[in-house]
Amino acid sequence: MTIDPWILSFSLLTVVATIWMGFWAARKARTASDFFVAGRGVSVGWNASAISGEYLSAASFMGIAGMVMSSGYDALWYPVCYACGYLFLLLFIAGPLRRFGAYTIPDFAEGRYDSPVFRKVAVVFVLFIGFFYTMPQMKGAGTTLAYIFQAVDLRGGFLEFLAPRDAAGLAQRGFPYFAGVIVVGAVITLNVALGGMKGITLVQAFQYWLKMFAISVPIFVLMAVHGHYGRHVEANTPVWKERAEASMQAPPTAPSSSMAPLLARAALPTNAPPDPAWVAPFGPLTTKSAKAAGLSAQEARPYALLYTYSLIIALVCGTAGLPHILVRFYTNPDGVAAKRTTMWVMILIGIFYVFPPVFGVLGRNFMPELYAGTGARGTDKIVLELPRILNERHGVLGSILSGITCAGAFAAFMSTFSGLLVSMTGALAHDVYGRIFRPQSSAADRMRMFKVFAWLIGGVATLLGCFVEPLQINFMVGQAFAIAAASYFPLLFMSVWWRGMTMRGASTGMLAGGISAVLAVSLTNFSDLGWIQLKPFWAAHPLLRILCEQPAIWAVPGAILLMIVISKLTRRDVPKDIRMKMLVLHAPEALGLKQEYIREHEAGH
Amino acid sequence: MQSPETEPSASDVIHSEAFLQSLMRRQLRLSIACAAAFLGMLLGLPLANYFAPEWMATRVFGGFTATWFLLGIGFFPAVWLISWIFIRRSIALERAEVEEVERRPDTRRR
Repeated sequence: MTIDPWILSFSLLTVVATIWMGFWAARKARTASDFFVAGRGVSVGWNASAISGEYLSAASFMGIAGMVMSSGYDALWYPVCYACGYLFLLLFIAGPLRRFGAYTIPDFAEGRYDSPVFRKVAVVFVLFIGFFYTMPQMKGAGTTLAYIFQAVDLRGGFLEFLAPRDAAGLAQRGFPYFAGVIVVGAVITLNVALGGMKGITLVQAFQYWLKMFAISVPIFVLMAVHGHYGRHVEANTPVWKERAEASMQAPPTAPSSSMAPLLARAALPTNAPPDPAWVAPFGPLTTKSAKAAGLSAQEARPYALLYTYSLIIALVCGTAGLPHILVRFYTNPDGVAAKRTTMWVMILIGIFYVFPPVFGVLGRNFMPELYAGTGARGTDKIVLELPRILNERHGVLGSILSGITCAGAFAAFMSTFSGLLVSMTGALAHDVYGRIFRPQSSAADRMRMFKVFAWLIGGVATLLGCFVEPLQINFMVGQAFAIAAASYFPLLFMSVWWRGMTMRGASTGMLAGGISAVLAVSLTNFSDLGWIQLKPFWAAHPLLRILCEQPAIWAVPGAILLMIVISKLTRRDVPKDIRMKMLVLHAPEALGLKQEYIREHEAGH
Repeated sequence: MQSPETEPSASDVIHSEAFLQSLMRRQLRLSIACAAAFLGMLLGLPLANYFAPEWMATRVFGGFTATWFLLGIGFFPAVWLISWIFIRRSIALERAEVEEVERRPDTRRR
């Protein structure tokens, strides 16, 4: 087998088009204010597409399908909460923040508490969340390139030491995972450092429609050929039991859907989860730690429920605390348009999120051999590879569709990685360098430092990406959400709705919640990667394992509680113009309080 | 920092404690009502899965189990509905708040 020309050409086309569009648009909109203000003329439809395009990362495009395939029902919480978290953002945070006119979370932290110090503290989590978010994008990149170049054979030559290894350490045919990570990381970092890939509305909107096309069209073709979504779920349910009941109860004249012939599917390998656990709630994902502790299925259920709730809290609150999402709410002409945009974002991403699980379900029925693969050869590549089953009967159709999903994957990790790289580099260059180390630095200095930091952060993210091959894409993004949920979400939520908050209360809660979440999930990852041996400990304490793997259930309330307690203790430090600040946050924009607030502030300083 | 000059009544209203309190209370009430509907679904589904697993595993049309259909497909339209109601109500609420202030005799918008 050689490299599939269809897949290669579609992927290359996407890379070239993305880079070219980035530079083309960057030339048109040069300054930061252009970026924001030009956006204000953009219609609701374009803006909603752009927000959705920025949001749908490799986790959405590849990770969900891979996790549904490996874990079944429980993984469905990810797409649902990725989409529905926007509702929380809309209900509690988006409106007030828009009225306040803070473009980023550090901006808001400084404005709400009149504290430049707090701004610098708040920047920390842009970096933490950013790195946790870039690692899975890098895994997506490594997986996709390993898939495209799987026919490469490095064995026997002087490059043999680069070839991927199997479990026994023997060299395999294929493209090394880390090489894909390095290639993609370098291309995107170069692109960002040269000034392409700013968050331009048009490019992001194009990315959304590309991803939507790439995820939905192959599914419709696959379902037309091999039967629809529901029938593939059904193939994994214990149908025999129901049939037996049906034959006892129903008269033979009424054929029910369950009497239809069963879908043919490939035999499952032994390491795939069995049907009842896969298709029902509280399956392998949520009961893993309890099972490792040797608990029975019945005993594991409360643990699974706890896991599920913690996951839901992390994803829903995390969406509302993601640093790169809030920025886009200001690219609307007014508050009403901002709300309409949010509505459309939820519709656009909601429709998108119906499709990835379908890949996972079909993948279980048609490509069970992926259960045996690990890392880049495991279930995370199902979206890329599944369409090729059409090649058996329909010639190159499968290759073309597989090329389309590869193009979508490139769009997903390239747009998200470059978006994160821009925001993290910006935070370092402007907030850390420009405000902390060299407040007197000139604009040209900061531009040069932007490039230096872009290479630095791009390099660190690529390096981190090389290590995370064994971890699931979707799982890692879930961890980034958990950190956002424990740090920025309590900060935003409490600062908007409680006037008694003080700077010290807010920063203590944010730091304690966020850092403990970072430590907890890092500990889980280190032990999963085998860097520290905690398996016996986790087996003895399944509850602790769940609380470390999914820390939101204690870290979010803990952060909020700490904020309340410290704020009460430092009550005298509540900003003096707190009533005015609350008015600006909550009074309708038509009353013009924002302008009044700015005037008073300028007069006051 | 209140400006010391004597204000016209509309501005007095805006800057009064009572206005801010009613503003925040009304907004929070709307948000919490919508959030309660959302959280009811979000936290209720795992409970239903936990306490009524057989019932949630019944086959609905097309071969899905009830719980798979609810989570994989049904959740999205329900959330769209909640957000549509919230957006309509909150736009109406803001309009009412502005009207309430502007009904005052000598409105001086600043």
